[in-house]
Amino acid sequence: MCLGIPGQIVAITDPARQMAMADISGVRRAVSLAPVATGPLEALVGSWCLIHVGFAMAVIDEAEAAATLEALRGLGEAQETLEAMAAGAAALEGTA
Amino acid sequence: MKYAEEFRDPKAARALLARIAAVTDEIGATAENPVHIMEICGGHTHAIFRYGLDKLTPPGVEFIHGPGCPVCVLPMARVDECIQLAERPGVIFTTFGDAMRVPGTSRSLMQAKADGCDIRMVYSPLDALELARRNPDREVVFFGLGFETTTPSTALSIQQAAREGLGNFSVFCNHILVPPPIKALLDDPHMILDGFVGPGHVSMVIGIHPYDFIARDYGKPIVVAGFEPLDLLQSVLMVLEQIRDGRAAVENQYARVVPEHGNPVSIAAMADVYEPRPSFEWRGLGEIDASGLRIRARYSAWDAEAKFGIGYAAGARVVPEQEGCACGQVMTGRIKPTACPMFGTGCTPEMPLGALMVSSEGACAAYYQYGGARAVEPAE
Ligand code: SF4
Repeated sequence: MCLGIPGQIVAITDPARQMAMADISGVRRAVSLAPVATGPLEALVGSWCLIHVGFAMAVIDEAEAAATLEALRGLGEAQETLEAMAAGAAALEGTA
Repeated sequence: MKYAEEFRDPKAARALLARIAAVTDEIGATAENPVHIMEICGGHTHAIFRYGLDKLTPPGVEFIHGPGCPVCVLPMARVDECIQLAERPGVIFTTFGDAMRVPGTSRSLMQAKADGCDIRMVYSPLDALELARRNPDREVVFFGLGFETTTPSTALSIQQAAREGLGNFSVFCNHILVPPPIKALLDDPHMILDGFVGPGHVSMVIGIHPYDFIARDYGKPIVVAGFEPLDLLQSVLMVLEQIRDGRAAVENQYARVVPEHGNPVSIAAMADVYEPRPSFEWRGLGEIDASGLRIRARYSAWDAEAKFGIGYAAGARVVPEQEGCACGQVMTGRIKPTACPMFGTGCTPEMPLGALMVSSEGACAAYYQYGGARAVEPAE
């Protein structure tokens, strides 16, 4: 939960709440862009962000995203985060 | 140096290790008289063991594992309070999965869930907000756990709940800060600390200046580090070079992600929603001044402590640690995990007795998982 995970912003879904859809290792997840929303939200589509518990905390470049993901995989943290995201989705349905 | 092959760039790793060995020699540090470098962050502890950095670096460099694992420093009393909240009729208690197996006085959240409490593991406080929207007849409580990396997320979620007038959402705030325990450890006359590797993702939020006191007031170097193994080696080298040169400064090895002044939106949200508590209890470290955060009065409608009369609002309650557990001594670097009589027998990652065994970021779990340190295995 502390290390975060890189994800690519694919679409703005709810501009009023600064919410977007991110692709995190092939998984779609709703994230908040609030911490990195210094300009127009649309400008963030396509960019890579370091995402901490559903919040984009920093914009990073693609190479940094790839290296970070590799390090997270090495530590087993990427897998843990993806499991936590699945658990979160299940919690909303009341199944976990 | 066989493990060096596991690095993304083994050549760079070997070059850094050679320079670390050379500077360690120049300092004159040896196994008997090592330099003590504390990696503050539990993610760094995990990476050090995973990549065997404690074995690859010379015996003159000794890693002291810091308090930067939020699960590991969570007092039992707070776990008990989480369960009390979860037991209330109508409550959906939401938490990061990391907290589920932390032992409370009689049971963990995992056990309470098995016993029928509606406890749900979520990835984000955003999931808890969404649960509150979908279940207007239920009370959704989110367990706010973690350092400055997760604190902005709950602050922003509370602001969002306030904007929406979402009355059935609240946060049980147990957020803690990184700098105060470092100050407490530096003030402890038993601690020998020559330098620090600082948590990169915390600084991504708060910047590097909250650590200025370490260099200015205590004369110790600190290098804010990324968590890739090469980042860690480079940071250790930067700390060693400062020690060799008799300097003490705050340096930023992770500048590609960490802005000097942090993330302004997050800092503003935290200041708006939270204020420091006079003191807060840390498992293994005791009460530390101004080390925890509470929700400001203007957001009390979203404060589970105010709403349900629980937690520090109801008076701190210190629960003694389990019999035979040496967590406090391990936490302060006085003994290695293997010296705890419970290690690997009464306490394993499957059946943790102490919190340092729960998370992969805890020193005991790291030792257990990777057969850590020279104490257990001879170096390659
Ligand atoms: S082995 Fe278990 S009981 Fe002993 S210090 Fe580590 S976590 Fe605590």
